[in-house]
Amino acid sequence: MTRYRQMFDRLDNKGAFGAFVMLGDPDIETSAAILDALVEGGADMIELGIPFSDPVADGPVIQAAAERALANRVTPSDCFALIRDFRAKHASVPVGILTYANIVLARGMEAFYRSASVAGVDSVLVADVPAFEAEPFARTARAAGVAPVMIAAPNTPSETLQRLAVLGGGYTYCVARAGVTGAGDDISLNHDALFGELRRLGAPPPVLGFGISTPDHVKAALDAGAAGVISGSAIVRLIEAGAEGVADRIRAFVASMKEAA
Amino acid sequence: MRMKGRFGAFGGAYVPEILMPALEQLEAAFLDAQQDVAFQAELAELLAKYAGRPTPLTRCRNLGSAKARLYLKREDLLHGGAHKTNQVLGQAMLACRMGKRRIIAETGAGQHGVATALAGALFGLETRIYMGAHDVERQKLNVFRMQLMGAEVVPVESGSAGLKDAINEALRDWTASFADTHYLLGTVAGPHPFPLMVREYQRVIGIEARAQILEEEGRLPDAVIACVGGGSNAMGMFSDFVEDEDVRLIGVEAAGKGLDGAEHGATLLRGRPGILHGAETYVLQDADGQISESWSVSAGLDYPAVGPEHAYLKDSGRAEYVGATDQEALDAFALLARSEGIVCAFESAHALAYALKMIEEAREELVLVVNLSGRGDKDMEQAQLLLGLKP
Ligand SMILES: Cc1ncc(COP(=O)(O)O)c(C=O)c1O
Repeated sequence: MTRYRQMFDRLDNKGAFGAFVMLGDPDIETSAAILDALVEGGADMIELGIPFSDPVADGPVIQAAAERALANRVTPSDCFALIRDFRAKHASVPVGILTYANIVLARGMEAFYRSASVAGVDSVLVADVPAFEAEPFARTARAAGVAPVMIAAPNTPSETLQRLAVLGGGYTYCVARAGVTGAGDDISLNHDALFGELRRLGAPPPVLGFGISTPDHVKAALDAGAAGVISGSAIVRLIEAGAEGVADRIRAFVASMKEAA
Repeated sequence: MRMKGRFGAFGGAYVPEILMPALEQLEAAFLDAQQDVAFQAELAELLAKYAGRPTPLTRCRNLGSAKARLYLKREDLLHGGAHKTNQVLGQAMLACRMGKRRIIAETGAGQHGVATALAGALFGLETRIYMGAHDVERQKLNVFRMQLMGAEVVPVESGSAGLKDAINEALRDWTASFADTHYLLGTVAGPHPFPLMVREYQRVIGIEARAQILEEEGRLPDAVIACVGGGSNAMGMFSDFVEDEDVRLIGVEAAGKGLDGAEHGATLLRGRPGILHGAETYVLQDADGQISESWSVSAGLDYPAVGPEHAYLKDSGRAEYVGATDQEALDAFALLARSEGIVCAFESAHALAYALKMIEEAREELVLVVNLSGRGDKDMEQAQLLLGLKP
């Protein structure tokens, strides 16, 4: 059974709290400590960015995180090494990668998914690969034993939902609103229809992301039928504030969000 | 999508899922409009009576010789000052057809921004232009023109503060605003259907040039030559000659400070396949896939990717791609001004520079058509600086 499946089973009907940070932000050593803090704070699953120079799906907070990591010359190989070390300490927490297509292609599609698999990664989401282009990515991921996470949005037509229900693995990343990543109050939570449709199609469990930044958001998303939530920019902002005491801040924030789940 | 949006292995639509419905809507609107006689008639009338088509094909009087004849396709004479106006009118009409009230665009040299601004004014669409802060600085005159026509110009500070970063910002805007906003992309790059659509709206350049050269020379040219940034003026020129196998298609990339260094925009010559801004194409990048910063004296060629159809034409061998350095372009720019009384854009000067080289080396009869994609007013300040001219 996959780590995602085990996690969802273990949580029974309670929602999963997923935490996102950028690998290597602000540097590799601090990043390793931050990953531990996420788990210590109670994150059920963690989603990790591999920095890309041109992240078009990201707002200013996560863009800045990628810039910090790249300024410290963090490479995809460094990122896989961070995950491998994390996996050695935390055997059961599902770990997903979020990145962009050119990072996957530059390593070679097969090599990328193999590296991910060897490092102990459970899933990969490629932000600029929609269902329309996903087939080779999904096939190669599965061949390496990695779940290809697909994105669904409230405006995604039902033929596409059908397609990504078949292609996708791990969980289905549902975007809470139009636009790029970022913490804000403008998330719309009218996703009942989308969650219902995904369940009906037998898609992997719907997890809501983009803008989730308060315990109220967590509660509302889970009430609407999400199997979990992912909070990104709100956590990354705590890193932006400086390395001093960052692990403590993150542990406390994650704990407050997890409590609402 | 009705189509795969591929040119051989290149192209496609690599965008966040949330943008796919907007691309599908655009593809449908474009394909329907291609079959719509009334739409095509309105576009043709705008191109003729508003934009000033057909543009002339000018035989150079002083450059070239009786044997080696150099023709310029005068897109510099088009309203707005560059070929960009051709396709902007088509896309603005599509924006209205789709019921959008706002258009956004990126711009490098500012010519696409100017073209978008004029279309926004003409069709009453709210207009926002993203422009790299570095380009805002070096193409000030065009910033003022955009503002004069009512467009808001947003300087982009991220990355290299150039064209690539302006596209990133426009894409981010569009992922939030697509419901009422059309992204009026300025070249044959980006996700499907942009490369196809922009090419079709630019095809008029080659259609006219082909008929004009046949009338002048009674035969097809030996080569058609165009500069390649994203690649729209080149695709516009090439498309109607692709089937004429004896006509060489030559795209000239920005060799910047030299192809051996890192300061250039020669994506097809020095890049390798990757995915940027929604398309699988050649990209300037490092071993890990991080996008490199490009360089060119001309803002419009300063871009680390290229339209996917050029990637296909390169790999299939149908088109050739070469480079012209900053210095070669500046020399050609100055020479054209002195010998023909034409001040062209720095971008277009790259194509001219390569044509002049071919003419110099010509042993036999040679007929060349250069796409003079734009006029040089926007570059006056830089030209003064770089050529050491004092006003
Ligand atoms: C005059 C002129 N020529 C060429 C270009 C390059 O664009 P493309 O390669 O799409 O024709 C630009 C872009 O700004 C331009 O202003």
